[in-house]
Amino acid sequence: MAVKSLVLTGYGINCEMETAYANRLAGADATIAHINDVIDGKYKLEDYQILNFPGGFSYGDDLGSGKAFANKVLYAKTPKGPIMDDIRKFIDDGKLIIGICNGFQILVKMGLLPAFDKDYRAQTTTVFYNDKGFRDAWVNLKVNPASQCIFTKGIEKMYLPIRHGEGKFIPGDKAILDRLWKNGHVVMQYADESYKPSMEFPMNPNGSVDSIAGICDETGRVFGLMPHPEAFNHIVNHPHYTRMADEYRRKGKVMPEESDGIKVWRNAVAYAKEKLA
Amino acid sequence: MPFRIEVALRPGYRDAAGEGVKAAIKDNLSISADNVRTIKVYTVNASLSEDEKKAVASGPFSDVVVQEYSLDRPLAANFDWMIEVGFRPGVTDNEGKTGREAIEDRLGRKLKPDESVHTSMQYLLNGKINHIQAIRISKELLGNELIERFNIISKDEWDGKVEPYVPLVKDAHKPHVGEINLDVSDKELQDISRKGILALSLEEMRRIRDYFKEPAILDARRKVGLSDKPTDVELESLAQTWSEHCKHKIFNASIDYYEDGKKETIDSLFKTYIQGSTSEIAKKADWLVSVFKDNAGVIKFTNDHNIAFKVETHNSPSALDPYGGAITGIVGVDRDPSGTGMGSKIIAHTDVLCFASPNYTGRLPPRIFHPKRIMEGVVRGIKDGGNKNGIPTINGAILFDDRYGGKPLVYCGSIGIMPAIVNGKPSEDKKADAGDLIVMAGGRIGKDGIHGATFSSEELHEGSPATAVQIGDPITQKKMLDMLLEARDMGLYRCITDNGAGGLSSSVGETAESSGGCEMHLEKAPLKYHGLDPWEILLSEAQERMTLAVPPENIDAFMALCKRRGVEATVLGKFTGTGKFHVLYDGKTVAYLDMDFLHHGLPKMSLTAKWAAPKYKDPELPVEGLTGALMTLLSDLNIASKEWVIRQYDHEVQGGSVIKPLTGRDNDGPGDAGVIRPLLDRMTGLAVANGINPFYGDIDTYHMTANSIDEAIRNIIAVGGSLKQIALLDNFCWCDPIYDPEKTPDGEYKLAQLVRANKALYDYTTAYGTPCISGKDSMKNDYKLKGEDGKEYKISIPPTVLFSAAGVIPDVRKCVTMDAKMPGDVVFAVGKTKDELGGSRFYAMLGAVGTNVPKVDAAANKRTYEALSKAINAGLVASCHDCSDGGLAVALAETAFAGGLGMDIDLLRVPSERLNRDAQVLFSESAGRFVVTVAPENEKAFRQAMEGVDCESIGTVRQDDRFLVRGLKSIRIIDTITGAMKESWQYPLRW
Repeated sequence: MAVKSLVLTGYGINCEMETAYANRLAGADATIAHINDVIDGKYKLEDYQILNFPGGFSYGDDLGSGKAFANKVLYAKTPKGPIMDDIRKFIDDGKLIIGICNGFQILVKMGLLPAFDKDYRAQTTTVFYNDKGFRDAWVNLKVNPASQCIFTKGIEKMYLPIRHGEGKFIPGDKAILDRLWKNGHVVMQYADESYKPSMEFPMNPNGSVDSIAGICDETGRVFGLMPHPEAFNHIVNHPHYTRMADEYRRKGKVMPEESDGIKVWRNAVAYAKEKLA
Repeated sequence: MPFRIEVALRPGYRDAAGEGVKAAIKDNLSISADNVRTIKVYTVNASLSEDEKKAVASGPFSDVVVQEYSLDRPLAANFDWMIEVGFRPGVTDNEGKTGREAIEDRLGRKLKPDESVHTSMQYLLNGKINHIQAIRISKELLGNELIERFNIISKDEWDGKVEPYVPLVKDAHKPHVGEINLDVSDKELQDISRKGILALSLEEMRRIRDYFKEPAILDARRKVGLSDKPTDVELESLAQTWSEHCKHKIFNASIDYYEDGKKETIDSLFKTYIQGSTSEIAKKADWLVSVFKDNAGVIKFTNDHNIAFKVETHNSPSALDPYGGAITGIVGVDRDPSGTGMGSKIIAHTDVLCFASPNYTGRLPPRIFHPKRIMEGVVRGIKDGGNKNGIPTINGAILFDDRYGGKPLVYCGSIGIMPAIVNGKPSEDKKADAGDLIVMAGGRIGKDGIHGATFSSEELHEGSPATAVQIGDPITQKKMLDMLLEARDMGLYRCITDNGAGGLSSSVGETAESSGGCEMHLEKAPLKYHGLDPWEILLSEAQERMTLAVPPENIDAFMALCKRRGVEATVLGKFTGTGKFHVLYDGKTVAYLDMDFLHHGLPKMSLTAKWAAPKYKDPELPVEGLTGALMTLLSDLNIASKEWVIRQYDHEVQGGSVIKPLTGRDNDGPGDAGVIRPLLDRMTGLAVANGINPFYGDIDTYHMTANSIDEAIRNIIAVGGSLKQIALLDNFCWCDPIYDPEKTPDGEYKLAQLVRANKALYDYTTAYGTPCISGKDSMKNDYKLKGEDGKEYKISIPPTVLFSAAGVIPDVRKCVTMDAKMPGDVVFAVGKTKDELGGSRFYAMLGAVGTNVPKVDAAANKRTYEALSKAINAGLVASCHDCSDGGLAVALAETAFAGGLGMDIDLLRVPSERLNRDAQVLFSESAGRFVVTVAPENEKAFRQAMEGVDCESIGTVRQDDRFLVRGLKSIRIIDTITGAMKESWQYPLRW
């Protein structure tokens, strides 16, 4: 049976199309659903194995990025009860959640990340205003080999676009930061060209503490990141694709078309097939 | 009881906003502050219990990790100045609206209709700043008096309290309908038009007066309870429908054009040249779907999808409120493709901006902001308008000339995609039937944007109305447009159009043309606040609204969908077949006009244009210091890198980005055209580019237009597009071209400039087979002011025409970029270089305009473009770069530094015509040229592909970073390194 993936939208989320497309390329059966249709019970989380909080500008980043959308989800009630009960059950059932950019901000502000001791309620970290404002650029990312993240299994490094004004990751205090590292919550860091983590602008585009670009919960099944893997869904998205294509042509070869971004969902789909079938 | 929630950063966290303000105070106002901190303030005008207040403040309103909050207790301490900036009553407060929704979500209950949330920002300044400086900081940097209010408190004055202030419109005004007596003298008719900001000419006023004297008309009006005098609702509707903005009176005028003593009568520039050219091309092109009849032009993209493209300007509002003006321009133009045919999904933005120099140091006219502030505000507006709506800004341009100091130009372009067939019918067709309901969806109506259409049809002056300013709300619009695409696919409506200039009067009036009439009840329209007169409800251009024709059988399903998507929608009446534009308020008729008179009653204008070529001299050309000249040109603001702006725009969202605005080894070279792949599972691409060069217009607008067309097309060719399918949009921004002995004594010349521009448009679009599919004109880009001597002065923009091009690329995998790829590659100059330095950046650097403006040889260029497209398609080209501002030298330099590789160039080999000076070859801006690099193994094949075209190898790409040019006398005339060139190019606008 195909792995089913739900992609949320509404209120200014705007990456739902490409996120659904990335899911489909990875072999999932993806459905885009307006958050109000999930709250109304038209779509039921229990029918899906992967839940996507895509990027965008929910509520225009008013009140702080992701805040108003997180607030809406935290207090929304489906016909059967609080939607948070369904989300916590989704996690307890061993299923997968990914939040990208605005989705990551939402997960952090809902308390779904990093959720120490599986307490998916308390916000312990935040994602805040960049030191230097909104920026669109591709960044190098080093994946933490010690992370238990399901989505990045087998990936060592990535080159992905970031596009945000509020991506500066800040842990509540030093103890929280230590714990993030100790327990493998840190999934990826902004890095220089040799994929060494960097605190320098623009390699680290927002001033994130320890260059952290993405984290997961302790199960590795809830994952959030600022960069956009779904925007690298084909090799022609790569800023250097004309340069790469030129190199291949000179060698008389054809450029492979698979892109790195899709690997994130391939991992999720493979996991779901193995564990949740 | 209203209360304040204040939110501040906890100690130890970096206040990036405060730091930014501190830097701007220094950079822009030369005042030094030691420290600036920010506190966000929410004034909640609602009855909440103490527990609820805490729940709200600690929940959605503050971040538990980095922020602290207070309730009705100031967080401010240890400051020298406290400045709080909030909106004036009635100004759109987007964040306040979200705050209200967040309270409802948090508390699980609805607030009362009159309960509201208002935001303001508090700045705490430390440093030796006096009162006058504090006021300057407030008004010149932190806020805009037109829309915002300030609370400025010094340390000494402060009593430790800030009372909550709720900026609500307290309008006790009782709506009423006025009647206007038009049976008066000509002078009084003119006064009525001027005082009412109707922007109607005497002839138009007379036509209206006469209409209200016709017995049949009077008879019909009496039957619906109206007198023989027009109501203000009727007069305002006519004024707006007949405005220059809506009816393009100048483009439709009959013009007597004189050149060299010969007279030619042109019956409508639009019909003769623009539509004329497109009809001519349409005989051969099979990909035009809907041109010049809807909100945007529509062309075929793939077999099953079409593209809709529109470019608008939003100049006057951007002058008064740069941020609000620009964001409104963006969200406004998005409603054009969205309201084209049955509606399209917006997939890209392209924006072109013209400002005075941000380094301007002269005096500023009253009410005009410094160009840097205008630029920063406009860029921020475009950023929010695009980014928050999830639309990539894929291409654009920024020009600088101090003549844009009175009015900046803000061209906002929007592209949509639509399935060719929706619910079994061609998606470009729509029609309202009699009996369909008039439904308005989206935002509410306020006094914002009243008289926008007539206002933009006038020059800007000190008394320009503040109500013309609006602030776009991207999220309300995003919610609405997302919902409408669902409604479209469900087949719930029959017709859709946007509420732009003229508001309901325009949108309902236009839609009613297809059914043959309407009956609208204004009291049903949802308002932001009470007290609007019926004419204001009808005319308000308050944003984020669309008008639909919904068949009665679908209305329940439509309203249910709106509710589920959090979008407000209201039935305002119905479309009819009565032939009347019938408007009622509280059951009483307030307007009863013949549809035919409303739309076709406008008398045609007759104008005179006289062309006399201006006289300029050519400067002495320097023979030495050409390396320095190249560096200076690279730093010319019109050439310099716009990376600071570009990186603030999201150009990747929607996942189809192919060629980005910045490209090359380090992602910082200037890409020629933006390319996207809007259908993610296909390789079909859309290339988007712009051509604009007002400087050539100083010599001859004919050649200015020809060059702009050529540049737009050339940019598409450069990335791998072809002449087979390039659509253009024309966008004229002119200074007032209507002769008036006092106001515009040079009107006949300015109109001749317009005529010549249109002649070139016809000549070159037909020559290239690239039709205009939509366009726009903005004809009153002047700023009038009183000088110290009491006389009236006028700052007029230079006549400016923008061509925006969209080209379909069958396979994006074959696209190329402008950066040099490999050492050893052969550098080709494609196209002939002529002695055409007139209007060039090089002459501008020498302080001259010159005479030899580039003349476009369309026949030769067409051969070049066709050959080059084939060569790129065959994979023979490693890099290709458009050669324009700054000439060959700048194009070569950009190709080199974007690839991170040096070059050896020999000017003697450049295909050229009678040139004996190095500066001519280096800096002439002849059209139709490219710099191309080719792998050595492809050189032969490339030469073959380019046979019959001016094309010659002029050097090689080096392994190292040296950039060397040998001149016509075979001595080295340029010797530098790529790093130095890149730095010259990047530093001027690295803010």
